[in-house]
Amino acid sequence: MAQLEPNRPIDGTYVFDWRLSRKGYRLNKLAFSLSRAENRDAFKENEEAYFDRFDLSEEEKDLVRKRDFLGLIRHGTNIYMMLKLGAATGNGLYQMGAQQRGETYQEFLATRNVGSAT
Amino acid sequence: MARIVGGMGTSHVPSVGVAYDRGKMQTPEWQPLYDMFLPVKEWLARIDPTIAIIVYNDHGTDLFFDKYPTFALGAADYYPQGDEGYGPRPLPPVRGDAEFSWHLSEQLVWNEFDLTVCQELAMDHGLLVPMNLCWDHRPDWPIKVVPLQINVLQHPLPTALRCWKLGQALRKAVEAYPKDERVLVIGTGGMSHQLNGERFGFMNENWDQQFLDWIEAEPERVAQMTHQELMEKGGAESVELIMWLTMRGALSPQVKRIDRGYYNPMTTGIALLTLEDAG
Repeated sequence: MAQLEPNRPIDGTYVFDWRLSRKGYRLNKLAFSLSRAENRDAFKENEEAYFDRFDLSEEEKDLVRKRDFLGLIRHGTNIYMMLKLGAATGNGLYQMGAQQRGETYQEFLATRNVGSAT
Repeated sequence: MARIVGGMGTSHVPSVGVAYDRGKMQTPEWQPLYDMFLPVKEWLARIDPTIAIIVYNDHGTDLFFDKYPTFALGAADYYPQGDEGYGPRPLPPVRGDAEFSWHLSEQLVWNEFDLTVCQELAMDHGLLVPMNLCWDHRPDWPIKVVPLQINVLQHPLPTALRCWKLGQALRKAVEAYPKDERVLVIGTGGMSHQLNGERFGFMNENWDQQFLDWIEAEPERVAQMTHQELMEKGGAESVELIMWLTMRGALSPQVKRIDRGYYNPMTTGIALLTLEDAG
């Protein structure tokens, strides 16, 4: 039985299906690589050189350069892979979430039940 | 003969691991969660499990989309900790039981569940946070673990019904083991949360409470749900809740509830449910 209904999109949601996984493969490979300390060091040292290891398109490089987390998600970056990119660029989950919602970090925290439980 | 002595459903929110490492579990923010698990620790002391089968998912820590298993079973005597991007946490490796794992893999594959068997598998918060909530890791984890990994990241995911049937097969596999092991099955993940897109931060407490009712008393209702329905009700990442069905499928049709709790401070409904067989 079909499990997904493409004709019933969920607002503000990018279901990580095979289409997005294909599209975001190179970005996800880069992000996944950042779970190794030596790769994080290389990325922080020279981001542009690090891009070359993954054959990124110019559009993909730009999404990383701009720390455009919503754009990265739309381009097929898996959220859990993106967390590694966040860690390497000083952006935690909640910072990336606030940006995806179009809010400042403080605005986002104010929407939570216990905004200090970070 | 091995037997199942209990089942537990619990969330595996990564910020809990951070709070745990920093000694913040008894600050006002985390005290409700800490208190939720106090009776669980008493219960665990009473049922005294020797092995925990923990149904969890990797979060891009060890498994990548180059080859992505739908179901993967750890079969090692030790499981190292993976690096989730911030370096390792101060935790010892997880102790496994390779012989028991291989037994399970044999029984499950012969029963038509074609698992990927992993002799090396690195753990992340998906498995470690539930362990932090249940046990003290000092000087070493007091329990052996079998990690059972389910793909909840890259659709197509296994159906909720398939996860439920896997739990039923898991029970038979456990009961076919000749040694006297006391097995706890933990289903992890959820509850409502969404981490991608403009809908980031979505939670739905009413649905979470309904899910807790159903998983206890009417699990077939959850097993019939599609991923679409689960994501609409609970957010895209809440589809992890299919992993609770494997735990529930491993218990008897009727169960006795021991404890139930819920706390949703930030972006995820954090729940606890402990169950025992009731004939």
